[in-house]
Amino acid sequence: MTSEPSVVEVTLESDLKNLEAAEEIVRRVASTAGFDEESEHQIEMALHESLINAIWHGNKNDASKSVWLRFEVYKDRLEIRVRDQGNGFNIDEVPDPCATDNLLKVSGRGIFLIRTFMDEFHVKYLPGSGTEVTLVKRIDPAQQPTQGGTDCEHESHNSTS
Amino acid sequence: MSMKATIRQVDSVIVMDLSGRITLGEGCTQLRELVRDQLSRGNKKILINLADVSYIDSSGIGELVSAFTAVANQGGQLKLLNLTKKVHDLLQITKLYTVFDIHDDEAKAISSFGPTR
Repeated sequence: MTSEPSVVEVTLESDLKNLEAAEEIVRRVASTAGFDEESEHQIEMALHESLINAIWHGNKNDASKSVWLRFEVYKDRLEIRVRDQGNGFNIDEVPDPCATDNLLKVSGRGIFLIRTFMDEFHVKYLPGSGTEVTLVKRIDPAQQPTQGGTDCEHESHNSTS
Repeated sequence: MSMKATIRQVDSVIVMDLSGRITLGEGCTQLRELVRDQLSRGNKKILINLADVSYIDSSGIGELVSAFTAVANQGGQLKLLNLTKKVHDLLQITKLYTVFDIHDDEAKAISSFGPTR
């Protein structure tokens, strides 16, 4: 926790067309950090879903607003912060998409996928400036979840602040 | 890279060969319109071939669910063919793997729709 991380910061115009550019950046960052291909894909998907939340739900697809990204590579983990200019959301009110009643709903799986693919997920509302989510993926292979073995009850390591 | 689609008919089944990305925005909109178009023509047996789909996000999964229920609500069947490992894993994680009828052999998938009429 004490070593200085390698840091990359990017500010994007709040437009879905920027998704692929951001994904390209995170693939490079994750590869440099030493993640395997499967973990890279999981991180890329988690960032994709976080960016959609920020652009679509947080900034209401308003291109005059921005999304700020910060990648911090530590020896043992990658931390990604995604900040929008929206009014935030209550993580406790996000329904379980795997519940029987929700299984055939069209939306509501983004947060679930982020939580499944990352080791930690935090949401912080910053009054007057927006909402920041933090995604953490640990590099130690022994601690990384296997993609196919994760199920809908996976809720560990996730918290709000 | 956006989604591309090739539509062909095998017996009474419409096969949609999709490639690229099924994500929020263009990809999802295209898929919705493709399915809606086939339903408006009375084609209610639809097989979606995902072999060349490189990326699908939560919105893309939602669009597949939406297509599945739209076809079922009209008395039809929508099935999936040739999932990549990534898509397979996503459907397992989201517990949708048992909702969809999924095949890895096109001929068997076609015959599973029942008699040609």
